[in-house]
Amino acid sequence: MLQLIMNDILGTPAILIGLFALVGLLLQRKSSADVVSGTLKTVMGFVIIGAGAAVLIGSLDIFGKMFDHAFNVQGVIPNNEAIVAAAQSEFGTSTALIMVFGMITNILLARITPFKYIFLTGHHTLFMACLLAVTLSVGGLEGAPLIIVGSILLGLCMVLFPALLQPYVRQITGSDDFAVGHFGSIGYFVSANVGKWFGNKEKTTEEIKVPKSLGFLRDTSVAVSLTMTLFFLVVALFAGQEFVETTLSNGSNFLVFSFIQAITFAAGVYIILAGVRMLIAEIVPAFQGIADKLVPNTKPALDVPIVFPFAPNAVIIGFLFSFLAGLLAMFLLPVLELSVIVPGLVPHFFTGAAAGVFGNVTGGRRGAMMGAFANGLIISFIPAILLVLMGDIGFSGTTFGDSDFGVVGILILSIMKLLVFA
Amino acid sequence: MKIMVVCGNGLGSSFIMELNVKKALKELGKTAEVDHTDLTSAKSVQADVFIGAADIMGQLDDGSRTIVNLENMMSIPEIKSKLEPHLA
Repeated sequence: MLQLIMNDILGTPAILIGLFALVGLLLQRKSSADVVSGTLKTVMGFVIIGAGAAVLIGSLDIFGKMFDHAFNVQGVIPNNEAIVAAAQSEFGTSTALIMVFGMITNILLARITPFKYIFLTGHHTLFMACLLAVTLSVGGLEGAPLIIVGSILLGLCMVLFPALLQPYVRQITGSDDFAVGHFGSIGYFVSANVGKWFGNKEKTTEEIKVPKSLGFLRDTSVAVSLTMTLFFLVVALFAGQEFVETTLSNGSNFLVFSFIQAITFAAGVYIILAGVRMLIAEIVPAFQGIADKLVPNTKPALDVPIVFPFAPNAVIIGFLFSFLAGLLAMFLLPVLELSVIVPGLVPHFFTGAAAGVFGNVTGGRRGAMMGAFANGLIISFIPAILLVLMGDIGFSGTTFGDSDFGVVGILILSIMKLLVFA
Repeated sequence: MKIMVVCGNGLGSSFIMELNVKKALKELGKTAEVDHTDLTSAKSVQADVFIGAADIMGQLDDGSRTIVNLENMMSIPEIKSKLEPHLA
């Protein structure tokens, strides 16, 4: 009986997360219909994430083989959804436990420290929980210590990163009502400081005419499809028709095959996002409700597009300059004997756009351009360094995208290495 | 009555807006079904009102939908004033 509870019920992440949702729904005194449907949807969300991972990893494997044959280096596509989905089979239970206890730690810290932030970007909480589960495990922790250390670190991330950005968020939004809760904070912080040093905030981006035509890239599915198609086709051309058709595509035309694989990757991301949406739909309101009761007067820390409407031009400029830095880094990385980080439109759009907004508020046009460029370099080099340290953990072909995941991961792995060899 | 909240990823900001729209409806004493999704999915779902940040809603606006643009997605008064004309 105990075996059944410990291994099969609590050891199945989907059921574990479902139980958390159930408790959350009961605490909010929801109607029985809401409790049943909310719990079922949460479990289903987790199962959908796994299904999306299977779709995506197939095409990622093919991309890796083509890239390797073409250039003789590893090409890596940083994608949070992909790596988190891939890691769930092995680290699902510790991820789920760290996520929930991390949220509880966040509420405690908001209660007893001056950092009064409640981090409401649920998918980033999940991704950071996963990063902590993986890196702490690689560093040698397991069982209860892994969950305790992971939860404390996650809770700290959930208040410290919003606090780091708050002085700039106040300038951007002209209010102190809410914070930014998004784990690309280090990139935005650097961008704001680059803007402060090198820019002039009087010359704001919002006075220039920027074509709105790039707006369609805000749509994640479109952006992923487009980037992956471009990269797949270029890599297929370099790998050569013969290689692709004999070893990978079973004889079907190499360009058609590559195009379908690119769209398959995007479809995988779409499925995973749908799963994540269902998974966090019940957990975030419960978290917010509990936090409001226990710690009044906190600021909600929200997903980064919250700052986009304050400077729409800086959004487009920031994306372009971040992506430019990503393209440049692609050629620099192999020179330094690091893996090639394929710049994705999605990470560069979301974090580059935000870096543009932060750079603009401290340094105007020049700040937006240079700050976003700095962000683009950060989200290229940090994942590459993280990969070296993750070493043989084995999710080849993908890694975490945004800056804070990489920085936290690198810090944890470096410190744990020192402790082991000290 | 169905209200669909939209953002680029369908994860973070649209979810927070959904919670705010629900608060606004409560204050107005109205009821409606509220959900959130990403841009791609939004183009293929049915809803009476689509609401989202001003900088992306242009892509949904093909004349066949009722669109509400928000400047500040955290402002309950703004949501209330812009949503009210569309509520039955």
